[in-house]
Amino acid sequence: MTLIDKKINRRSFLKVSTLAGGGMMLSFSWLAGCKPTPEEVLTMPKEWFEINSYIKIGENGAVTLFNPNPEFGSNVKTSLPMLLAEELDVDWKNVFVEQADFYPKRYDRQFTGGSQGIRSGWVPLRTAGATARQLLVNAAAQTWNVPASEITTNAGYLEHKGSGKRVGYGEVASLAGTLDAPDPETVKLKETSDFKIIGNSKKNVDGLKIVTGKPMYAMDHKVEGMKYAAIVHPPAFGMKIKSFDKASVTSLPGIQDVFSIKLFKEGFERHAFDTTTFPEIIAIVGNSTWEVMQAKKVLKADWEIAPESNFKMGGWGPGVSEVKVPSGLENSSTHAEKMAEYITKPGNILRKDGDPEGEFKKADRVIERTYTAPFLAHNPMEPINCFADVKGDKAIIYGPSQIPDFIHGTIANSLGLEKENVQINLARMGGGFGRRAYCHHMTEAALISQKIQAPVKMVYTREDDMTAGVYRPTYSATYRAALDENNNLLALHVKAGGIPESPIHANRFPAGAIDNYLAEGWQIESNITVGAFRAPGSNFIAGAEQSFLDELAEEMGKDPIEFRLELLKRAETNPVGKDNDYIPKRYAGVLELVREKSNWSNTTPGIHKGVSAYFCHNSYVAEVIEISMKDNQPVIENVYAAVDCGIVVNPDAAANMGEGAIVDGIGNAFYGEMAFENGVPTKSNFDTYRMIRHKEAPKKIEVHFVQNNEAPTGLGEPLFPPVFAALGNSLYKATGKRLYEQPFLPKLMEMENLRM
Amino acid sequence: MAQYNLKINGATKQVDVDPSTPMLWVLRDHLDMVGTKFGCGISQCGACTIHLDGTAIRSCQLPVSAAENAEITTIEGISEKGDHPVQKAWLEHDVPQCGYCQAGQIMSAVALLKDNPTPSDADIDNAMNGNICRCGTYTRIKAAIKTASQSA
Repeated sequence: MTLIDKKINRRSFLKVSTLAGGGMMLSFSWLAGCKPTPEEVLTMPKEWFEINSYIKIGENGAVTLFNPNPEFGSNVKTSLPMLLAEELDVDWKNVFVEQADFYPKRYDRQFTGGSQGIRSGWVPLRTAGATARQLLVNAAAQTWNVPASEITTNAGYLEHKGSGKRVGYGEVASLAGTLDAPDPETVKLKETSDFKIIGNSKKNVDGLKIVTGKPMYAMDHKVEGMKYAAIVHPPAFGMKIKSFDKASVTSLPGIQDVFSIKLFKEGFERHAFDTTTFPEIIAIVGNSTWEVMQAKKVLKADWEIAPESNFKMGGWGPGVSEVKVPSGLENSSTHAEKMAEYITKPGNILRKDGDPEGEFKKADRVIERTYTAPFLAHNPMEPINCFADVKGDKAIIYGPSQIPDFIHGTIANSLGLEKENVQINLARMGGGFGRRAYCHHMTEAALISQKIQAPVKMVYTREDDMTAGVYRPTYSATYRAALDENNNLLALHVKAGGIPESPIHANRFPAGAIDNYLAEGWQIESNITVGAFRAPGSNFIAGAEQSFLDELAEEMGKDPIEFRLELLKRAETNPVGKDNDYIPKRYAGVLELVREKSNWSNTTPGIHKGVSAYFCHNSYVAEVIEISMKDNQPVIENVYAAVDCGIVVNPDAAANMGEGAIVDGIGNAFYGEMAFENGVPTKSNFDTYRMIRHKEAPKKIEVHFVQNNEAPTGLGEPLFPPVFAALGNSLYKATGKRLYEQPFLPKLMEMENLRM
Repeated sequence: MAQYNLKINGATKQVDVDPSTPMLWVLRDHLDMVGTKFGCGISQCGACTIHLDGTAIRSCQLPVSAAENAEITTIEGISEKGDHPVQKAWLEHDVPQCGYCQAGQIMSAVALLKDNPTPSDADIDNAMNGNICRCGTYTRIKAAIKTASQSA
């Protein structure tokens, strides 16, 4: 089989491929999912005809749509194909969806992260659907010898009213697959009012496989002759391997080999997402997961302090920076002391409007509050793992990855292979939350397989996973407000930083709404590795900012929603400064919607309400949390969210993700924390790292979407950041005490008789 | 190593493994039944939940040597076509996000409804509290259990 890329235009999504000898193209997916069930076989076509990289159509009219992006639970595997199906104009019930493998020649941006899947796919995927539809129309026009402009489509059928001819897509698919694709510039996309699939909830295409326990994750993968590998990494940040005693485990049952692997070749210029806590680890290879995990417990290894290391690291763009990993065994108590110094120490000025220093001098009173949050582990339910089969000069990797493109070159370099000989196939992920954007596990599995020249599945224990770093950074933010004698807000100052990065987004609200505004940032270096965690930076600063605004509103004697709306009105009508990166009207829109949906002004005895709003990932979210105190326990009664993310492609799935983000936020606000003692993470499994469970989940969550025709924006992350302050503000109403430190649990426990 | 005859989903399976091997890994590595998931290895997350004589247990803590002579049911065995009322309710409420914990959640829910066909909210919370869902689908899980309860 030969793939022929017809270079018909500049967009790779329209590459049409055909067999050298004819129109038919078999699935190029290496792992196209499970075998069809007997019921499915009845509707399975005898032949598939590829229309473009995303779409193939069977002779019987069945349609297969390829989801290009990795699936980690945000449901892109359903919602992205919905974009294709809408413009292709097919009946959703005749659609099969398959996961595409990593195939950069065919697909742009196979990346799940940054809440950008739907936003980036919105035009390209609809265009791919529309051009495929045009190809089918052109094929029918050629077959019937009528003008293409006279042919209409509906739900998988082509019709020429003039002659009364009507056929299903399947009947012209073989011809359509051989035609040159039309220029996408000439193909018209549907008006939003004509949408039949977009905006109508579709069930998760993998729902049945999930509820019946079918293999879908890399963890479930197995091939003939496959070996199993466990890893042992140093016990602390700042330590490395000194030596290990292979003989201590090789006599155990089922153990084949023990060796160390180095993830990077000397002098390799790392990619920005090549974050790796331990660049050298020990691998134990054997016949079963249990046997290698048992050996791991008894392996004798010695560790030593790692010296400072320096290496080159690329970024998103062409720039290369020098990265320094300091030596030393760090402690959370020391981290807290160093961060507290910045309450008085100056940071780097990121934005300044007006004369904040002057206004603070004139102030009648100044309110100053400092908020902190700890490191967080991502803890996706599927522990880190990967399958690799490296033989000779070829490598096949099957694993969980949010962004295979970022690890592709690294794997090839570490293996000493050409990039085109390293094939990465995309497994469904058991969660990601940012953690699987860092794919050192793929390199690790590949190096283990290369060493043993056999297929291998490498599995981290939960303890390995939780102590391997790439955490959400720890942060601190100090907010100051200057008020005059009439409680007018004269100036606002925020200074925020973290280890090792600052959470500040200096041009976001309330910048633009306050005449005298100062934002400063700072950071403290560390050898504790960090990475993107659901709404990076925002997941902390939103909580600090929105808690402070709540307290400020109270000091000024204003309703917290009204106060925010006043600020937004100012930003809308007479914005302060430049580069404000939010639209005040849309921001106000979600506050108004949540005020209505939560019956904000209605008070119910025993119900305590807190509000919060935030803009990130191009979307606007406001949330109200209502809690009660029962048996000295806070109970989350209701959560109301109002969201403006433009057009909602798959509403029920979108609500599901929003509900999940709210639960995630409540859990992390109450309990989430990773700490360190002499470089050792203090928690390594769910017995000590507390996760939110059924009992602590809200009794009810309502997610409301603003109805508009704006192009879709982010959704996976934006509902997460506002939760922290909405919860903190409602807890204040219930207990009379403001919470400044995350997690909230220890302070709540200090309160008399409170049970958590 | 020792031979064990196991009754799983109504069929007899034979394995030759170390007696300490947890049922989780017997199922996954030796019998290729991978619906039962590895999450924590210390019975704290519930991803590996199976039924032992009808009771929901964590298979990561059940050595194969203790499973002989018992009826074991896994996610693959609760229905032939994925049409157990709990599975149907899960689909109706479109519960899963990443999906990884859901087999364990379903196994806990099936065991709950067998013993208590009309559970209260508190009953559901108590029975399900050992199953973590990192994606936070708890409210949908509760709604699905109630739907299954009404349809059973």
